[in-house]
Amino acid sequence: MAKIVGGVTTSHIPAIGNAIAKELFEDPYWKPFFDGYPAVRAWLDKVKPDVAIVVYNDHGLNFFLDKMPTFSVGAAFEYENRDEGWGLQPLPPYPGDPELSWHLIESLVADEFDICSCQEMAVDHGFTVPMSLLWPDRAARTVKTIPVAVNTVQHPLPTPARCFKLGQAIGRAVESYGKDLKVVVLGTGGLSHQLDGERAGFINKAFDLMCLEKIVDEPETLARYSIHDLVRLAGAQGAELILWLIMRGALGDKVSKVHSNYHIPISNTGAGLLVLESA
Amino acid sequence: MPLQPSPTKDPIPGTVIFDGAMAMRGYALNKMCYSFNEEAGRAAFLADEDGYCDRFGLNEAQKAAIKARNALDLIAAGGNIYYLAKFIGMLGLNVQDVGAQQTGMTVEEFKAKLQAAGH
Ligand SMILES: [Fe+2]
Repeated sequence: MAKIVGGVTTSHIPAIGNAIAKELFEDPYWKPFFDGYPAVRAWLDKVKPDVAIVVYNDHGLNFFLDKMPTFSVGAAFEYENRDEGWGLQPLPPYPGDPELSWHLIESLVADEFDICSCQEMAVDHGFTVPMSLLWPDRAARTVKTIPVAVNTVQHPLPTPARCFKLGQAIGRAVESYGKDLKVVVLGTGGLSHQLDGERAGFINKAFDLMCLEKIVDEPETLARYSIHDLVRLAGAQGAELILWLIMRGALGDKVSKVHSNYHIPISNTGAGLLVLESA
Repeated sequence: MPLQPSPTKDPIPGTVIFDGAMAMRGYALNKMCYSFNEEAGRAAFLADEDGYCDRFGLNEAQKAAIKARNALDLIAAGGNIYYLAKFIGMLGLNVQDVGAQQTGMTVEEFKAKLQAAGH
């Protein structure tokens, strides 16, 4: 049977992709951020996941406002990265696991989550930056991927409570899959940041640190916030915390914290990193 | 700032929630910015800015905001930051440049504000 071995949360800011391309790992601005990742990669080397379910939000590459699904699950043999318009060099495609994707889709819909299935899905920096951080050596990367895209662009966004429940349903779906596979779930984005408006540059360290703590043992307390609360407390784009809640829901009741890091600022963002192992 | 959930939905200063009303207002502008994902769209815009705006049916306020490269005006005209980011990036600006513009700071002041949030 398939098993969720754990989860990782990480920022997915495009500037990180740029810094990776320029190999700024020792640069004083970037070092405190990149130094958080060797421990994550060591954990991945230990647990050796076969599949990564990558929970992210599309930032206007695959989806436009003409059609904006709330929850989408990729069901493709591979996922292409494309030009996002600002100079990040597109990366080679990411292999999928369409058989597990369709199992997820069947299971989620039976579980009353009416998601949008996507046999073609271009993945943007929200997906590619975490993949580059966690598996920098593409040649050695064997992990297959399933993108789960959540609407954080067009309000109304799904509530934190709903996202937590979706995560729990993803957990049930994986556990009911017949093949012996080890699955890791990535919750990407966040933490607090706001790009738009007179409030641009808003970062809330106290809120971010509280989230990093509560998501381990008391994720329900975070699921009680509304989207409006998250925008107020974490900034307009800090609402990406809902992606972390999906990850956390998928891991089940008991988890142990393996590693964490927090650094301000990366670009306009409080960058949080967390590795949680399933009990 | 208290960290508890709040039952109210009071407006958040300096923040526009991109809801249905904003989506209706900004559709043409956002659609144009979405086209900047492609090199051909970027080149066509740069070759003839007014003509490209007209092709997507931008209204006068949207065209003026594009011409002025004014982020707050673009947002007020219905622009969504995720699509506007493509316009901003195409011009060679980053999110600190735009943050500084929106907050009336220099870029150095804006970066200092971000650094200060860590203390
Ligand atoms: Fe994001």
